[in-house]
Amino acid sequence: MLSFPIYLDNNATTPMDPRVLEAMLPFFNSKFGNAASRNHSFGWTAEEAVDYAREQVANLINASSKEIIFTSGATESDNLAVKGVFEMYAQKGNHIITVNTEHKAILDSCKHIEKMGGEVTYLEPNEDGLIDIENLEAAITPKTILISIMYGNNEIGVVQPIEEISAIARKHNILFHTDATQAVGKIPVDVMAQNIDLMSFTAHKMYGPKGVGALYVRRKSPRVKVTSQIDGGGHERGMRSGTLNVPGIVGFGKACEICMNEMDEEAKRLSAMRDRLESELLKIEEAYVNGNVEHRLPHVANISFKHVEGEGLMMGIKDLAVSSGSACTSASLEPSYVLKNLGLDDDLAHSSLRFGLGRFTTDEEIDFAIGHVRTAVEKLRDMSPLWEMYKEGIDLTTVEWQEH
Amino acid sequence: MAYSEKVIDHYNNPRNIGTLDKEEKNVGTGLVGAPECGDVMRLQIQVNEENGIIEDAKFKTFGCGSAIASSSLATEWLKGKTINEAMEIDNMDIVEELALPPVKIHCSVLAEDAIKTAINDYRTKQGLEEIA
Repeated sequence: MLSFPIYLDNNATTPMDPRVLEAMLPFFNSKFGNAASRNHSFGWTAEEAVDYAREQVANLINASSKEIIFTSGATESDNLAVKGVFEMYAQKGNHIITVNTEHKAILDSCKHIEKMGGEVTYLEPNEDGLIDIENLEAAITPKTILISIMYGNNEIGVVQPIEEISAIARKHNILFHTDATQAVGKIPVDVMAQNIDLMSFTAHKMYGPKGVGALYVRRKSPRVKVTSQIDGGGHERGMRSGTLNVPGIVGFGKACEICMNEMDEEAKRLSAMRDRLESELLKIEEAYVNGNVEHRLPHVANISFKHVEGEGLMMGIKDLAVSSGSACTSASLEPSYVLKNLGLDDDLAHSSLRFGLGRFTTDEEIDFAIGHVRTAVEKLRDMSPLWEMYKEGIDLTTVEWQEH
Repeated sequence: MAYSEKVIDHYNNPRNIGTLDKEEKNVGTGLVGAPECGDVMRLQIQVNEENGIIEDAKFKTFGCGSAIASSSLATEWLKGKTINEAMEIDNMDIVEELALPPVKIHCSVLAEDAIKTAINDYRTKQGLEEIA
């Protein structure tokens, strides 16, 4: 039995796995202690639970538990990585390299750095979303202290060549941070083998709770430090103060453990479903995939349906919860900056839908989604003047539009 | 963002989708907006040349639900009106009727522009001056 609406927006957030919720519940009531309380059993119980979760989180990425700094989520982790490195390594330099398709948590942190006198290079990816390693190396200056490049993109799912990037960083003695929010728990991520120095990730994208994330901070070769952005009791090795979110951390740990055990099978299942969804939708005339399809997260598909506007399309597929690259709701009417920065024309960016499959997505739901999207695209094309003009053979780029 | 019931009704049952022959002397066409902005409206009117009454109106719109509803509503309102009456349609009337939120006011502005552009296209064809 299908229940509506069908959730296909797992890049925005994932539902909690019931096993995660079960692990968390005692820490809301009977085991409510503060993990920093050293002198009674309430505190010890909480501390033990946090230690155990820290191991679970570390294991998933092949780190040591001492290298895990718990935060409120990936946005805070990104802020801590960029601003924390900028402050800590001010003596060494002030230049950061990133990419213009990063999440706003990175881009806006970099803008902040620029206001503080830092310099930032924003690399432009190729049309398929991948960065060019030669461009990366060419951007390095003697003052470069950090390269921050996302692992898997949230909008198109493109996975960057992490080993090649970290090799360049090592070669030039520069720290490498990656925002791996969409990748951890979905594909194998190994901070040791991949020479990652700092890494942001979060629980709610991997079937854990919202409000808890982590920053991996390497302790050996090199030993990395970041200046804390939240000061107080000196928690988390002095890098992030604040009473630990014990239930959240317990849930995060459990979520990581489940991903560790089930990731391989889940990735296979999701990529098969995603490929089926995608190949069926590409049978629709003038439909295009955005981003590289070979180096991609297993659960993501971003497709543009030409001459149909994304927000209008979403209204037509009200039984599906997906996301669109069109931003008609904002005053600026600017479509997705990620798609635009791939060099996609605005009209294609406005015509895009992002499908994010997840642990609880079923084949039956995918079947329904395929038919539902197809019907809606046809309906909207019937009322689209652009589709009519396209069908008449009019080159839309030669039309003089009356922009508003 | 939640859409009003009227927007949803126009989206699900759009009135007067279609195309009139833009070469006809008594047909006025207004094509406004741009694909890059995510909104393109084409509104057409067919006018009785003897009494100046709009006999038929058709639209096609590329855009969000509010843009589709604004143009659908516009065609409903246009039918049976004289050219002069049609010039009086104000975008805020559309905003009110469809209960559009502030971020969607531009959809109604676009619809008003489409009406005026269609009327002026008709007037030009008739050898009349454009009216602002």
